[in-house]
Amino acid sequence: MAKDFFFYTDEMTVGYDGKPLIKEIKIELNRGEILTLIGPNGAGKSTILKSITRQLKLIGGTVWIDRQKMQQMPGKEIARRQAVVLTERIRPELMTCEDVVATGRYPYTGSLGILGPEDRRKVRAAMETVHALDLADRDFNAVSDGQRQRILLARAICQEPEMIVLDEPTSFLDVKHKLEFLEILRKMVKENQVAVIMSLHELDLAQKISDQVICVKGERIERHGTPEEIFTSEYITSLYDMTTGCYDASFGCVELPAPQGEPEVFVIAGGGSGIPVYRRLARESIPFATGILYENDVDYQAARYLAAEVVSSQAFEPVSAQTYERALNRMRTCRKVICTLDRFGTLNRENEKLRDEAEKMGRLCQ
Amino acid sequence: MTSYVQETQEKSGRQKILRYGLSFGLLLVLLTVLFIWNVNSGSVALSVKEIFQIIFLRQGEETAYNIIWQIRLPRILSAVILGGALSVSGFLLQTFFHNPIAGPFVLGISSGAKLIVALCMIYLLGKGIMVNSAVMVIAAFFGSMISMGFVLIVSKKIPQMSMLVICGVMISYICSAVTDFVVTFADDSNIVNLHNWSLGSFSGMTWNNVAVMTVIVTAAVVTVFFMSKPIGAYQLGEVYAQNLGVNIRLFRILLILLSSVLSACVTAFAGPVSFVGIAVPHLVKNLWGTSKPILVIPACFLGGAVFCLFCDLIARTVFAPTELSISSVTAVFGAPVVIMIMIRRKKTA
Repeated sequence: MAKDFFFYTDEMTVGYDGKPLIKEIKIELNRGEILTLIGPNGAGKSTILKSITRQLKLIGGTVWIDRQKMQQMPGKEIARRQAVVLTERIRPELMTCEDVVATGRYPYTGSLGILGPEDRRKVRAAMETVHALDLADRDFNAVSDGQRQRILLARAICQEPEMIVLDEPTSFLDVKHKLEFLEILRKMVKENQVAVIMSLHELDLAQKISDQVICVKGERIERHGTPEEIFTSEYITSLYDMTTGCYDASFGCVELPAPQGEPEVFVIAGGGSGIPVYRRLARESIPFATGILYENDVDYQAARYLAAEVVSSQAFEPVSAQTYERALNRMRTCRKVICTLDRFGTLNRENEKLRDEAEKMGRLCQ
Repeated sequence: MTSYVQETQEKSGRQKILRYGLSFGLLLVLLTVLFIWNVNSGSVALSVKEIFQIIFLRQGEETAYNIIWQIRLPRILSAVILGGALSVSGFLLQTFFHNPIAGPFVLGISSGAKLIVALCMIYLLGKGIMVNSAVMVIAAFFGSMISMGFVLIVSKKIPQMSMLVICGVMISYICSAVTDFVVTFADDSNIVNLHNWSLGSFSGMTWNNVAVMTVIVTAAVVTVFFMSKPIGAYQLGEVYAQNLGVNIRLFRILLILLSSVLSACVTAFAGPVSFVGIAVPHLVKNLWGTSKPILVIPACFLGGAVFCLFCDLIARTVFAPTELSISSVTAVFGAPVVIMIMIRRKKTA
C-alpha cells in the first residue's frame, strides 16, 4: 500500500484562503531520499511546502507521516519529526550562530528550555556536520549568506528530524556555496536516513541531487518521476515555456538561442575542442556551421544548440563520402574557417581533408 | 583543530557566565544604592542612622517616621515594581512585533489606558463613588486592549515597523487630546489630582496601591518568565516557532494579554511613563550581550526598577520643591537610546 512510504500525501489540494491552487498532489517519499520541486516562478512550489509544514491549512486531502495523519498529530510530535529551512531572511537580535542552532533542541528541552550537556553535544555535532564549528560565537547577523544557510541547516539537523523541508535553500548563494550546501545536505540525508523535500531553482543541481522530481505547473503536478525521466530537453523547455533559448539535457544547462542566419564561419571540430569556439561565436552573434561531428561527440551535443548548421555523421561508422561532400559545400559558402583540431585519427581523415581544402581556399584562420 | 575550537568555546562559555553574573551584580548594587539614596532625599533631611532606625526598628520621631513609611517607601516600591513591569511589557511587545522600538508608550497603549481610566474616574467620582485601585487597573486594562486592537489591525495591513510606530504615536496623540479635554472641563476638586497623574508620576502611592500592584505584577512577570522557552523560539520568527511545536495562536494571545496587563497596571497607578519600555530592554540586552529570554526577562525587570528609581530621584530632587513629571525625565534618558537603536539598525541593515 502507498502508505508504506514514510511521507505520503493523498489527494492533497493546496491554496490560499480556501481557494485551491494546485490539486491532487501525490507525494511518496522514503527516508534517505531527496524530492525536489521544480517549476516556473509563482507556480506554487512554496504553497506546497507551506502546506506540508502546517503554515497553510490543507484545502483537501491528507498528509501522512510515518503512517499517522499529520493534521491529527500534536505540534510537539511533529516538531520531533519535521524541521524546516526557509528562504525568508531572519535577523535575530544578539544571537550567536550557536544560539540559533540551539533553538533546534526546543522539542527536547524542559519547560524552561535550558540545554543539558547532551543537548550541547548535539548542537556541536550538528555544527560540525555543516563545517561551522568555528562560527559558534559569531553574531548570526554578521555571517555571510553561505554561512547563514549552513547554520540554519545545522539548526534543522540538531532538531533530529526524520524529514527536512527546505524552500529554495540555495537561492542567495554563489556557486561555491551552492555546491557546498547541497553536498552537505546529500551526505547528511544518506548518513542519517532523513527524507528531504525542497524547492530548487537551479535545474542542473536539481538533476544531480534529487531522487525524485516533481514539476509544478498549472493546476496539477505536471510530471513526477526520476531526474532521468524529467530532465529531457523538450520537457524542460516546455515546462518553463522557454521561448528564447532552450535547456540542454546532456549538459543540464540552459543555452541562449543560436545565432540565426546564413553561416559565416565554418568550424572544424571534435572531441570537445570546438565548444569554446562555439560559445565565443554565439556570444558575438555570428552564425556558424560546424562539422564533421560524430553524433556521440561532446561537441555535437553543444553544437546542436549553438550552431546554425551541424554536419554530423553516425557514431562508430566511417564518414561517408556524401557527408564529406555536404561539409565541403557548406564550407565553401563561409567566409572563414576555423579548425580546432591539431591531430586527426583514421576515422577523422575527412576533417583533415576539409582543413587542407580551407587552406587552399585561403580561408583558414589560426 | 577540534580540540582548539572546543577549548576556545569553553573559554568563551566561562566568559559569558562571568558577564551575566557581573551584570546582575551591577544592577543589584545600583538598585540598593538608589534605594537608600531615594529614602534619604527629599524636603526633610534625615541621617542614615535615623532612616535605619525608622525602617528596621520602626522607631523615631513621628513626622520623620510618617514621611518614610507613608510617603517615601510606597513611592520607592512603586517605582521599583512599575519600572520593572514597564520594561518587561516593552520586551514582550518588541518580541511580538519583531520590532526593537515597540513599547507600550510609543504604540499608544499607555495613552489608551490613560483615557479610559480618566473617563472612568470622572464618571464614578461624579456619582460620588470612590475609585479603588482594582477598578483603576481594570479600566486601564480595557483601555490598553482597545489601543492594542487598533495597533494590531494596522500591523496586519502594513507590516513596516516605522508605520506601526507612527500609527501608535497617532493613537497616543488622539487619546491624550481627549484625556486633556475631559480633565480640563471636569471641575470636581478630586479631579485636580488627575492632571498630575495624566502626566505620569509615582507620587501619592498608598500601601494599598503597592499591595495591588505587587500581586498583579508578580503574577504576570512570573508567567512571562515561564514563557521564556517559546519566546526564545519566537525570536527566529513565527514559522520556525511553529515548526518547533509552539502553539502560535495561544502564544500570541498570551503575549498581548500579559504585555497589556503589565502596562495597564503601570498606567493605572503612575499614569503613562514614556520610553522605559524601549530603552531598558535594549540597554539590558547590550549589557548582558544576549537576547536569551531566560536571562533578559529578569534582567529587564531589574533594569526597569533601577531606571525608574533613578528617574524618580531626579524628578523629585532636581527642581525641588517643584516636581517634574516622571515622563519628562524618562524621556530625557530614554529617547536618545531609541535614536541610537535606529542609527545602529541602519548601519547593520
